[in-house]
Amino acid sequence: MARDRSDRPGRFAPNRRQFLLGGAVAGLGAAAAVGADLVLNPGGRPADTASTALNGDAVVPYFGRNQAGVATPAQAHAVFVALDLLPTTDRDALRRMMGIVTDDAARLTQGGPALADSEPELALVPARLTVTFGFGPELVARAGASDPAWLRPLEPFGIDRLEERWSGGDLLLQIAADDAFTVAHAHRMLLKDLRSFATVRWTQTGFRRAYGSEATGTTMRNLFGQVDGSTNAEPGTDAFDAQVWAQDGWLAGGTGMVIRRTAMNLDKWDRLDRGGREQSVGRTLANGAPLTGVNENDEPDFAAVTKIGFPVIPEFSHVRRARSDNPRERIFRRGYNYDESPSAGQISDSGLIFVSFQADIDAQFVPIQRRLDELDLLNEWTTPVGSAVFAIPPGCDPDGYIGDSLLER
Amino acid sequence: MNITRTPKILLVAAAMALALTGCAASTPTAEAPPTPAPAADSLAIADAWVKSAEEGMSAAFGVLENIGDEDITIVSGTSTASSTVELHETVESGTGEMVMRPKEGGFVIPAGGSFEIAPGGNHIMLMGLVAPIVAGEEASVVLTLSDGSTFSFTAPVKDYEGANETYVGDGMNMDMGGE
Repeated sequence: MARDRSDRPGRFAPNRRQFLLGGAVAGLGAAAAVGADLVLNPGGRPADTASTALNGDAVVPYFGRNQAGVATPAQAHAVFVALDLLPTTDRDALRRMMGIVTDDAARLTQGGPALADSEPELALVPARLTVTFGFGPELVARAGASDPAWLRPLEPFGIDRLEERWSGGDLLLQIAADDAFTVAHAHRMLLKDLRSFATVRWTQTGFRRAYGSEATGTTMRNLFGQVDGSTNAEPGTDAFDAQVWAQDGWLAGGTGMVIRRTAMNLDKWDRLDRGGREQSVGRTLANGAPLTGVNENDEPDFAAVTKIGFPVIPEFSHVRRARSDNPRERIFRRGYNYDESPSAGQISDSGLIFVSFQADIDAQFVPIQRRLDELDLLNEWTTPVGSAVFAIPPGCDPDGYIGDSLLER
Repeated sequence: MNITRTPKILLVAAAMALALTGCAASTPTAEAPPTPAPAADSLAIADAWVKSAEEGMSAAFGVLENIGDEDITIVSGTSTASSTVELHETVESGTGEMVMRPKEGGFVIPAGGSFEIAPGGNHIMLMGLVAPIVAGEEASVVLTLSDGSTFSFTAPVKDYEGANETYVGDGMNMDMGGE
């Protein structure tokens, strides 16, 4: 048994399960393997034996060139946590901190308990859990680096109504799984292990459709009812790799993350009829097709005009304003909806946790956001209330840790 | 720091033990009885960790595993983190309180079996910490086995709120953990 404790923490999981469950490991291991196969071949037809596989057993590989949770098909539930480093958390402490949380993430994502996990049984349902770490400007500065240049708060935009309680942060955790219970346990385990190093600054909880409710790969809808994320590049393609993964320095194999909490005024949106809603975006509500097209992925025809000479896709529409002729100005969106309990007198407190990944935030994200800031009819109903930028370090090897390319250089 | 390196070291030890076993099995020799391999070669520890503490005492936990054919007895230990190491068990005192105390005869890991050292159960006690042990550090422990061989491992330090049993050794009552 000891010889299986070898190459990576992920391998520990079945043994730990065996320990916990007294020999039920063979069946569990087989189920997990089928689950992993589904993750690796999302488009493939599951084998007959997979009909009994539980999604709770599905695991996303942890180690590799890139951190999971970026190219990974978005899970149903996510919590985003930004932490402030304690004053005592210097470069050496950062090494210790990232070693601990890397080990936690490696074990939990593979369906095993973390070391010193007080509730080990809660770790046995990974449900495609991913834990993705991001570094804010202060963390990178304490590590002694000053790159990448785009790692700083975004410039202020006219539409912003930013609140401190949703903005900034030194360390980001993106914890996502198809099971909210799994997210809760990983969330608590990680915060317990960060308590000597950092304190929570803000937490944002988001959701998409539950696992199994829609076909995998269906573009998310936001709470306005809009199809949101249509032009995303397909993970694994050259276009995706070029858009998302940084190539240089300690961040090579990592990426840049923008996370902006965007309040959506559903009550004001209620006053807008269906035609107005579609005009504001330039896409149909039915399937997200551009107003000049039939299917979601049809290219918008910005030159098309109505019988009386107006553009079919209005000049002020979101899709037109977001679009650039410069192929570099593309981002990969991986956002989540939020729907908080309205306070007394409110009807709704809802919106979008806008998340985009891109190799260079200044070159890719900022030009798009500037255009949307200048003119986008959707701004009538949406308000950015939080904003933060993080460098997402590359993945790591089984004998390394997330951030080692920064903290060991 | 490298949390995942320990198992690699263990792997080597385990592989060597296996190689020795395999060798013995494939070349049966009727002459001199083979010198038994040191018991430490058959010992491994999985999921080892140590509770952080500012001062005083702490403990190491994990799952000890014996891949050999003979029981292994751990009789004592040392650590660079503390002046003393004791092997403890947790038992119910006469008043019903759970207390920890040195385990008579040490820890016995059965042949082919495992032995969990965990908060609230058996554990390796680090007493008289020479310095604070903080989260993310590696603590090293050396265990001495009944045949005189030694088994070393390192374990990451983690913050942990449990493992607060009262210690009844040396006639003193002390709580475990640094705070």
